[in-house]
Amino acid sequence: MTKTSSVKDLQQLARSIRINVVHMIAEAGSGHTGGSLGLADIFASLYFNVLNHEPKNPQWSERDRLILSIGHVAPVLYATLAEAGYFAKDELLSLRKLNSRLQGHPARDHGLPGLELSAGSLGQGLSVAVGMALCAKADKKNWHVYSIHGDGELQEGSIWEAAMSAAHYKLNNITAIVDRNNCQIDGKTSRVMELEPLREKWKAFGWDVFECDGHSYTDIIKTCEDAKQSVFRPTVIIARTKMGRGVKSIEDDFRWHGKAPSKEEAEDFIKQLSA
Amino acid sequence: MKKYTYSETNDTRSGFGEGLHELGKKNPNVVALCADLIGSLKMDAFIAEFPERFIQVGIAEANMIGIAAGLTIGGKIPFTGTFANFSTGRVYDQIRQSVAYSNKNVKICASHAGLTLGEDGATHQILEDIGLMKMLPHMVVINTCDFNQTKAATIAIADYTGPVYLRFGRPKVPNFTPKDQVFEIGKAITLNEGKDVSIFATGHLVWKAIEAGNLLAEKGIDAEIINIHTIKPLDRNAVIQSVMKTKCVVTAEEHQMNGGLGDSIAQLLSLELPTPLEMVAVKDTFGESGTPDELMIKYGLTTENIVEAALRAINRK
Repeated sequence: MTKTSSVKDLQQLARSIRINVVHMIAEAGSGHTGGSLGLADIFASLYFNVLNHEPKNPQWSERDRLILSIGHVAPVLYATLAEAGYFAKDELLSLRKLNSRLQGHPARDHGLPGLELSAGSLGQGLSVAVGMALCAKADKKNWHVYSIHGDGELQEGSIWEAAMSAAHYKLNNITAIVDRNNCQIDGKTSRVMELEPLREKWKAFGWDVFECDGHSYTDIIKTCEDAKQSVFRPTVIIARTKMGRGVKSIEDDFRWHGKAPSKEEAEDFIKQLSA
Repeated sequence: MKKYTYSETNDTRSGFGEGLHELGKKNPNVVALCADLIGSLKMDAFIAEFPERFIQVGIAEANMIGIAAGLTIGGKIPFTGTFANFSTGRVYDQIRQSVAYSNKNVKICASHAGLTLGEDGATHQILEDIGLMKMLPHMVVINTCDFNQTKAATIAIADYTGPVYLRFGRPKVPNFTPKDQVFEIGKAITLNEGKDVSIFATGHLVWKAIEAGNLLAEKGIDAEIINIHTIKPLDRNAVIQSVMKTKCVVTAEEHQMNGGLGDSIAQLLSLELPTPLEMVAVKDTFGESGTPDELMIKYGLTTENIVEAALRAINRK
């Protein structure tokens, strides 16, 4: 797939992804708006620059593998996959409806192309990423493994089991991206369960730690490139983001973690996104 | 009653170890994972010959299941090994989502199932694992009866694409299954044809069912003995055909009555052919410390218990 480094292109793609996210969730009447909007710039950068993949050949054996460990932000994944041409955008409005391939949380059982794993219950994706990375090492393959995590998700103990094993096996072919928006359902992460010092935690587990502005395309792309240079260690990118990014009226508001906009709110959101 | 003999007793887990080793030579995609229990799972031979195809994950079972799911994405056939308790209950959500719901080709191999683990006590004696696993869509559930059958099953499940739970144990039990018997997933094995009562047994209780058949024969009762090594998918045909003939049933297993083999057969028969049925199984209680034989007596899982159940079942016809 042709990659673009043009900030203008990526901006346009991310805007389209965000608008679709709002349309989809409003049409479904439920879904996770905040995180989906917050991750749009990262998803645009990954699928239109960083990842080696072929939307028309989703099972291409040399593809980079992306695991979305936080299944609840499925809308941003679906909107991005459609934007990249994995399936028609018309299908996006079937989100969360009976017989849809776009399940509330990503489900491999329903035949949607571009999904490596079913996800929804948190804390499992990094282990799967470790398995894929071990497989690439065993077969001397160059594809890279990306896994996307929430910051709240890092409260799951299984994440740290996986982190320990990735370092043990020197899996420099994994890059975990943490959506550091400081929000989770019940409030700010610092109040629900403190994650800091987060850099030091990953470091102590044997990872190379990077940080980036999760809304700057150049910063995201550059940091992903830097992370790929690691020789021995798995890499984690702590991407600073704002939940709800792009819709000023809900930015950084944890109450929008799992809330859908009404039809009227959606119109307003789309106006803000189009401005 | 057909005569069954054996020249040795052996543990089913060693059958797994030998099967895995043979599989390693046969199929380069087979990889093995273990959570710090290599010796208990008898994985040493595989690891010695194929060190690069073994992944030690340490005491982190949830991670092991996830890693196994990830390995399938590149075409590997992962076999995970740990105790049955840590293979199922501890990691149920990981199996449910990353293996069953994602339909990944992971083989979950579980040793030390049931009471016959013995002295370690109830924390390690899982009696609920068949139920947990059989409730998951896509999951195949196998409980083998002796060394030869466990070895054959280990080899056979690599040729099947999809998640499998393979349950075996620690004690040495009579090894009577013919060495060359091909293992067919979902195909019950009739060990003795009879007309008075159907005894469906799985795992370690299969040999006891044969012994019970001999004792019943002395009383002039002609028991049909069937080895149900695959609890899911259940060989419905074999069950129905047998029960149409005998008109009463005994089930026998080293598992809770709730959720086990007896529960599967009772469900099938209630729906399709209501029949008097007696269960030899653990009755909604945890195990405890003791020798395997002491525990099997205390919890009612002996040859004599099967005989008594058969007499009760026949009386209810």
